[in-house]
Parts: sequence; C-alpha cells; structure tokens
Amino acid sequence: MSSASKASRLGEEIWKTRIEKVNAELVVLTYGTIVAQICKDFENDYAEVNKQLDRMGYNIGLRLIEDYLAKSNTMRRCSNFRETAEMIAKVGFKIFLNVTPTITNWTGDNKQFSLVFDENPLADFVELPDDGRAQDQLWFSNILCGVLRGALEMVQMQVETHFISDVLRGHDTTEMRVTLVRYIDDELPPEDD
Amino acid sequence: MSYYFAIIGTQDNPLFEYEFGTSKQGGDGMARFTEQARQLNQFIIHSSLDIVEEVQWTNGQMYLKLVDRFFTSYISCFLTASNIKFLLLHQPPSSSSSSALPHPSSSASTSTPSLVSSSQSSTSVIPSLSTLTGGSNSSTSTLTGGTSRTSTSIAANPTSPQTEEAIRNFFAEVYENYVKAIMSPFYRTNMEIRSPVFRARVAAAGRKYL
Repeated sequence: MSSASKASRLGEEIWKTRIEKVNAELVVLTYGTIVAQICKDFENDYAEVNKQLDRMGYNIGLRLIEDYLAKSNTMRRCSNFRETAEMIAKVGFKIFLNVTPTITNWTGDNKQFSLVFDENPLADFVELPDDGRAQDQLWFSNILCGVLRGALEMVQMQVETHFISDVLRGHDTTEMRVTLVRYIDDELPPEDD
Repeated sequence: MSYYFAIIGTQDNPLFEYEFGTSKQGGDGMARFTEQARQLNQFIIHSSLDIVEEVQWTNGQMYLKLVDRFFTSYISCFLTASNIKFLLLHQPPSSSSSSALPHPSSSASTSTPSLVSSSQSSTSVIPSLSTLTGGSNSSTSTLTGGTSRTSTSIAANPTSPQTEEAIRNFFAEVYENYVKAIMSPFYRTNMEIRSPVFRARVAAAGRKYL
C-alpha cells in the first residue's frame, strides 16, 4: 500500500514541477482529427484503424519510455508486475495525461490487470459515427494500448494490451486489459562468447 | 405555445430540426401544430432566411431577436460565428387550440365581461379572442398587456421582452451544446447533426426556458 501512495505522490510532484503543459483541447482535437482521418483513409475498416492506432502508439511508446524515465528519475527496476502497474497508472498516466486510472481485476497469477479510466482526456467531445459498425468495432483510444506495449517492451516486458469496454460505445466504464506475456531476457549478441 | 426549432447551415441547408411545446404553466411540452402547419413551418423558416440575411449586417449581435412573422408564427434568430443560423418559430396557441376546442368563440362573443374575468386565469382564451377580433396582433398585445399575467406568460406574448429574454437564454444554451456537438472529430461542416445527445440537450433547454 505504501508503494502505491508513494507512486501517486511521485506522479503528483512530477506533474506539478517538471511537466510542460499544453492546452487539453488542442490534444483532443488533434487526436480526434487523426482518428477521423485514419477512418477515412481506410474507408471505415475499423479493425484496420484499430491496428494502425496501435502501431502509432507502439512507435510513440518506444520513445516515450525514455522521457518517462528521465522525468520520473526512478532508475530502479520494479520488483514485480504489481509495482509496474502502480507506476504505469500513478506516474506514467499522471505525468503525460494527468489522469490516474484505477487498477483492478488482478488475476491470481499477478500477470493480468485492468486499468479503468474514470475520465479519458482523448475522448472529450467525441461521438462515434452512427454507421452501425463503429459502435461495435472502433476502439477510439486504441493508441494508448500501443503506447503501453511499446514502452514496456523497452524495459524488458512483453505485454498484450487491449480495450474491453469504452464509454464511447455506451459502456459504463472505459477499461483496458493488460497481460504480461513474459519478461524479455537480455540476449547476448551471437558473436560474443 | 408551440415551437419549431431549426438549425440552418451555410448553404441554407437544414442541419437539425426539433418540434416541441411549452413546458411552462402546466404545458406538457408537446407541439400543437396542425398537420398542415407542420409542413408549412419549414417553408416559413426558409422564407425568413432572406430577412435574416438583411438583418445580420445591421448590428454586431449574434441574437437577432424577432426577425420575421407569418400570421401567428413568429421567428426568432440566432447567428453563430460561422454563419450557421438557429431559427425558432414560435406560435401562440391561438390557431391550433381554437380549432381543437369545439366553439370557444361563440361562447366568448355572447358574454364579453365573463371573458375578461376568465382571461385572468386562463391564457388560452386570449388568443382565441384575437382570432375573434380579426386576428390583428395589436389588439392581442394590448389586451394581454392589461392583465396581470404578462410577466410570466411567455406563451401569450411573442413580442414581449420576457419572451425575448427566454428565447435568448434558450439560444445561448443550445449554442453551447452545439459547439460541443460539432467539436466531435467525426463531424464535418454542414453535415446533418444526428447526435442523440445533442437532441436531448436541446429538449432540455426547451423545457428549461420556454
């Protein structure tokens, strides 16, 4: 419990002191426009749109982890996956999006958890197209899945992430499922003996 | 009082329409247009666009107040910055209610004193009197101006400052929600507004102010 409150204090402090702020509506409208444009480009093939968003997020995550480590100044490995989850929710999301998703629904083996977003800053103003398919197929904030996947991969964790509910679709909550696949072992280059 | 609210795009194309009735003074919020009037409303709104275009350059206001009148239908207008027009047609219950009631005018014509006394309690009688006196609007406003109901009765006074203010508040709230609706990334300019959330909010604004 103490690590959780420590993480939230850390996130709070970094957010207040070390983060440059940008107008939230600028972010919302920019992201919304990107999604709408991708939908247009792929002719409303929402499965493909989800994939593209995830890929964009993955590429962001690969780099964002560096920023995260520099700002959070925690050059220390998390001792277990539970601690990782705390840091993602209370520091990572806090400093980049100023939200703190709730961590719930752990499985018994501590390898799977849910992030429940009370508010989703990417989805303000958004209403999904009423073409009868977007409500069932499009994960509007799917970029976040990619970001997490990319960022964690750079710190030797292979994870699988996906949304399982979204308020935009009329669900009660926005929930992302994160599953630890494996810790990636440091592999020595083949020439080195 | 029956209302017909329409949002008109920059190409004079309709983006949104909504019909409702007053919720003040025990109104049930249902529009009381006749079937004929409902079809006519769209034409009335459309024809008032010309007057809107004339009026819109005369002052810097977004709320243009009452711009047009077609018999008992009054049209108020609100312009957004991107030249989208909010038009509200409001109709006092005269024509529809007098046709719905069996014979209000015949009983009224026989006993004028009782009509005056009853006008204190019932607003629906006043417009039926105006049809009785040849539908001239000036007589309606002077008559209702004499009663004590003027301050609260939006329905009977389409031209009063109170009505003007109520419609201003209604437009302001709709405008706020309109901005939120068009901020959705999937909305494009001059596209029909199909958001059920927006429709519900317009309905709520109508209940609140009109």
